[in-house]
This record gives sequence, structure tokens and C-alpha cells, in this order.
Amino acid sequence: MSAGGPTPAGAPQVGSLNCPGCGASMTVRSFGNAVTIVCESCHSVLDAQDPKLRILQQFHAATSEDPPLIPLGSRGSIRGVLYEVIGFQRRTIEVEGISYSWHEYVLFNPAKGFRYLTEYDGHWNDVSILRALPDVSAGGTTLKYLGETYRHFQTADAATAYVLGEFPWQVRVGEIARVSDFVSPPRVISCEGSDKEVTWSIGEYLAGRDIWKAFKLQGDPPVPNGIYENQPSPMSSNVKGVWTLTAMYLILLLSLAVGVYLMESDEQVFEQTFEFNSSGGGEASFVTDVFQLKGRTSDVELTTNAGVDNDWIYLNYALINQDTGNAYDFGREVSYYHGYDSDGSWSEGKTTNTVTIPSVPAGNYYLRIEPESDPNRGLIRYSVTVKRDVPQASFFGLAVLALLVPAGLVTWRSLNFEHLRWAESDYASPPGGSLLNSVESLADAFKSSGEDE
Amino acid sequence: MMQPTANCPNCGAKIAFRWSGSVQTVCDFCKSILIRTDLDLQKVGQVADLPSSSSPIQIGTEGIFGKHSFSVIGRIIYAYDEGNWNEWHFVTNDGTSGWLSDAQLVYAVTFAAGAQNLPRECKVGQQYTWNNQTYIVSTITKAYYRGVEGELPFEYWDKSDVEFVDLMSQTEKFATIDYSDDPPLLFLGETVEFESLKLKNLRTFEGWL
Repeated sequence: MSAGGPTPAGAPQVGSLNCPGCGASMTVRSFGNAVTIVCESCHSVLDAQDPKLRILQQFHAATSEDPPLIPLGSRGSIRGVLYEVIGFQRRTIEVEGISYSWHEYVLFNPAKGFRYLTEYDGHWNDVSILRALPDVSAGGTTLKYLGETYRHFQTADAATAYVLGEFPWQVRVGEIARVSDFVSPPRVISCEGSDKEVTWSIGEYLAGRDIWKAFKLQGDPPVPNGIYENQPSPMSSNVKGVWTLTAMYLILLLSLAVGVYLMESDEQVFEQTFEFNSSGGGEASFVTDVFQLKGRTSDVELTTNAGVDNDWIYLNYALINQDTGNAYDFGREVSYYHGYDSDGSWSEGKTTNTVTIPSVPAGNYYLRIEPESDPNRGLIRYSVTVKRDVPQASFFGLAVLALLVPAGLVTWRSLNFEHLRWAESDYASPPGGSLLNSVESLADAFKSSGEDE
Repeated sequence: MMQPTANCPNCGAKIAFRWSGSVQTVCDFCKSILIRTDLDLQKVGQVADLPSSSSPIQIGTEGIFGKHSFSVIGRIIYAYDEGNWNEWHFVTNDGTSGWLSDAQLVYAVTFAAGAQNLPRECKVGQQYTWNNQTYIVSTITKAYYRGVEGELPFEYWDKSDVEFVDLMSQTEKFATIDYSDDPPLLFLGETVEFESLKLKNLRTFEGWL
């Protein structure tokens, strides 16, 4: 018996080693899953698979240059699984001569494996490796994953600029990888490729404060700056909400309108035909018989129908309460002209005119009427009809317009948010570039937020 | 299930087979690699020190895949650029032999698929269709054989460099072509989440529950 019994299934332990570069003590947190480990003191990049920790690279950086916001060794729960931060790197891309940097945190759980947190200018993403391949469109401008459409946002060469701790891959400062991002807020799918391997990952936007809570970090997370590629638009959920609310109010308004329409008595209380002799001269004013306006305080609709033919008549009306003497004064003109000219037949005006007097209390009323017209036009025959309690569609029309204002405003602001998002991409606006596209992505947001529920 | 037993031709220890289909096993005591012949066990090699394992899985781990429970009875260890990975050999409760691979805690379950006219050479991005499922070459890995443990469904002990081609799909279906043999072997299965296997008898890790 040479090898002392069955294979021991003992508990793997957190290793402690000394850096061959500077002798500093190093903690190995990933139980042999790390491929490279970077000394926090001297920035030697070491081969974690080599028991002697062969030095692969050394880079020069002050340790204080880029301290991780979540220190190595911190533990926190992401979606119910406990992870420990074991690695940290900064990567940089250059667009039109300007450098942009983001940070990546390597998270580790001894059974569930690796997960990543990325941070750019206060915007965070929870990233994991995809287990299925997305379906990329022929032109490469969109891809589909689990039924969701992602739009290409940016492709850039990312250079590793700073590394610390443990990595499950061969990490080197200065290494460059081509990274393409496809977004469908709040998610982003990224492709990192070489000719040997293509890795797809999916990220979901996280609020900094949720990470601070999960890892019990002191102080406040950095304030996010600008709009990030997969940041959910605060407006797109509002758009849905405001339109839902608007639709509810419209239904309410409609039922109110129907109710009012059914309740309105729309009763004709007076009708009489008069003749006005324009050639007559003298006092033309007269009063009508008394008629009764019943029920609650409501509107009164007065229609004048005049037999004018290339002529006009003006009527000074007063609706007078016989009991109180209260009077509603108003004037109405009825004119109708027509004829032929070089353009054909024409006409102007009409022979009827309707006016609504709002909020007239019940009581006994009569009309005083004083007609006017051009002198010597002979007899003008006209009829006056008075209706009580007439439904007013125009009020509802105004209410509908007023209701649409906030919904329109929020929609516009949401489109504006999308515009700002895409201004940072490889495209000036969403691929395709039109307002229609923004509306489309808005519709997508609608659809996906609908699916969440 | 039969539980055939024999003695190690090297050290005389009792060798119990957990699966009747096992062709090879390793003596728990003297680490001799033993091949089952019609008559007895034959020593063909010796396992050198195994690299320290970081896998939460071990021989004796039990789990569930689809409708079947399975138990882990052996493994092959490979080394590659990114460290080691384990191909855990398991048998299901209906006697099927399968593989649970753990490459840096990324898990996949596969089963040997019959000969399917496999390509001699692959490039990343190439597409192949097996059993009406399209697969795309995602990784080509040059690996070398690092060691074996427990029971295996075939002889596997004199290997050195091997090439593996991993293929993914637009679902979670996953395929591996193993070029260690001629003709190459195809394994079909799917990538799995650790939790979905409901594993028991796992190793524990210091400082972690």
C-alpha cells in the first residue's frame, strides 16, 4: 500500500502564498480556478496554475492609481447567490481620439462559478456568460436572444489597462480584444472575440445603491453620469403608465359623455316663426310668449333659421327671466351668399345659426328680439327654436385634448432619452436612424415591459 | 445493477465496480490503472499525483438530469491554457453512461452519440447539424491528458495531447468532438446551471457553506 488510502475528499482551503516578485503574502480565493493572479503590491502577473507562481508579466502602476470601489475579498449576494470579489481590471477603448475606461470586477462562488460586475461612470451591470448563442442578423445590426431583439450599439477594441487579483483566463496588461455591444435596455449582450474563441455575455443594468447594499459598502456609490447604453429609460415605463392612465381616463370620459347624453332631456321648449319687414322702419323689437325652463340649472340652445338669400339679418336677443328680471343678452347674425364666378359656384355663410347659453336656472322665460338688416330688403322670414338641456360634445372634445397633453409630453421626453442614448453609439441614432426607429424601440420597450408583468 | 468485485492485481485490495459496463477503473489504494478482461483485472499503468481539484463534484456525487438520477463514478482530468478541467463520468439509474464536464465551474452534460461523419478539422464559427440541431463551433481547445480516477466506460490511460472542439447552439444544446481517438468521438448534450442538477454529496469549501 504505497499511497496511503483512498483519495481524500477534504475541504479545499483558501490558499496563502508569497509573491515571487516582491515576497508579499497573497491570498488565493478561487481554489485553483484562477488562471492568473496579480500581486496587489508589485503588480506581477503570475501563473496561478504553476505551484511556483511563475511571473508572466510585470506592469508599473501605483497601487493607489485605481483602487477598486468594491475591495477584493468583499462578499455580497447577487440574485440570491453569495459571491466574493476576487479580481479587478480596467479596460479602455478609444473613440475619435478620446479614451473611455470602465472597470470589471470578477466575482466567484466555488460551486456556481464566475460572474462579473462592470462599472462605467457610475453605471453598473451584472454580467454572466451566455450558455446559448444569440441569432445575429445578416448585417450584424441586430441580434435575437430568447425572443428579444437587441440592437448593435458599438464595436471597439478594448485594451486591458490595469489588473488586480485573480482571473479565470490569461490576463495581461496591454492585451486587446474586439468587443461588440448589442442593447435592449435594461440588458446588453456583448461579444468578445478572437479567432480561437468567441465569448458571449449578457449584462443587466444595476443601480449602484443595490450593489452598495449587497456588499455592505461604506459611503455612497458614484453618481451615474450621462445616459448609459443599456440604462433603462425612466420614461419608457412612464410612457406605458401614462398611456394606460390616459386610456382609462378616456374610457371614463366616454362613459361620462354617454351618461350625460342619456340624462340630458334635450327638450324643445319654444318654436315660432316671425317676419321682419326691413322696409318698415320704426321700433322692430318685440317680446315672445313666456315658456318654461324646467329641471336643474342647465344650458339652453337657441337656433335661428332665416330665409336669407344673398342677404343677412342680425338679431339682438335677450333671454329674460320673468320672475327675477335676469337677462342673458346676445346677438346672432344669419347671412347666406352664393353665386358664380370664374372659379365656378361659390357660397358663404348659411341660413341657420345655433348658440348655447350655459347654466340657465329653471324658471319662466321669454325672449326679446330686435331684428336688423339692410333697409328696404322686404320681408325676411325667420324661425326661432329654443331647446333646454342639450348635450355639449365640444366640452368632451376639449377634455380629451387636455388629457392627451401629459401623455404626449412624456412620449416626447422618452424619444429624447433614446436620442441621447444613441448619440453615444456607433450610430447617430438607433440603427436606421429615423424617428420611426425611436418609436420602434419605444414599442419594443413597451412590449418587453409588458412581458415582465 | 450488478456489483462485480475482484482484487487489485497490484496490491490485492478489493475492487468493487459500481457499474457493470465499466471497462477501466483505478485502485483506490495503490492508484494502479486496471482494465477489465474476460477473466480478471490487468494493470496497465499507474496514476501519477492528480492536480488538486477545485471542482465541487467528486466521485459519489449524485444528481438529477432530466428524468433520471445519476451518480458520479469516475473522471478524466485534462489540462489546457486556462487550467484543468474535469470530465466526470456518471451512470444514470437506467444504466446509461454520461459525462458531466466542469471547466472552471461551467457545466455541461453530454452523452456519446453514434458515428456521424465528423469533420477532420474545424474552424470557429463553422456550422454542423446533428439530430436536426444546428451547432456552431465556439472553442477549439488543445489539451493534454492529466489523469484518471474511478470507473470509465472505455480504456483511457495512454493519452497525451488531445484536441477538443466545443460547439454551441441557439438553444442550450451543446456538443463536443473528442479527437483523442480515431475516428473522433461525438458527444451531444446541453449546458446546465449548477442548481438545476440538484447535486448531493458535494465537496465543501473552507469559508463557504
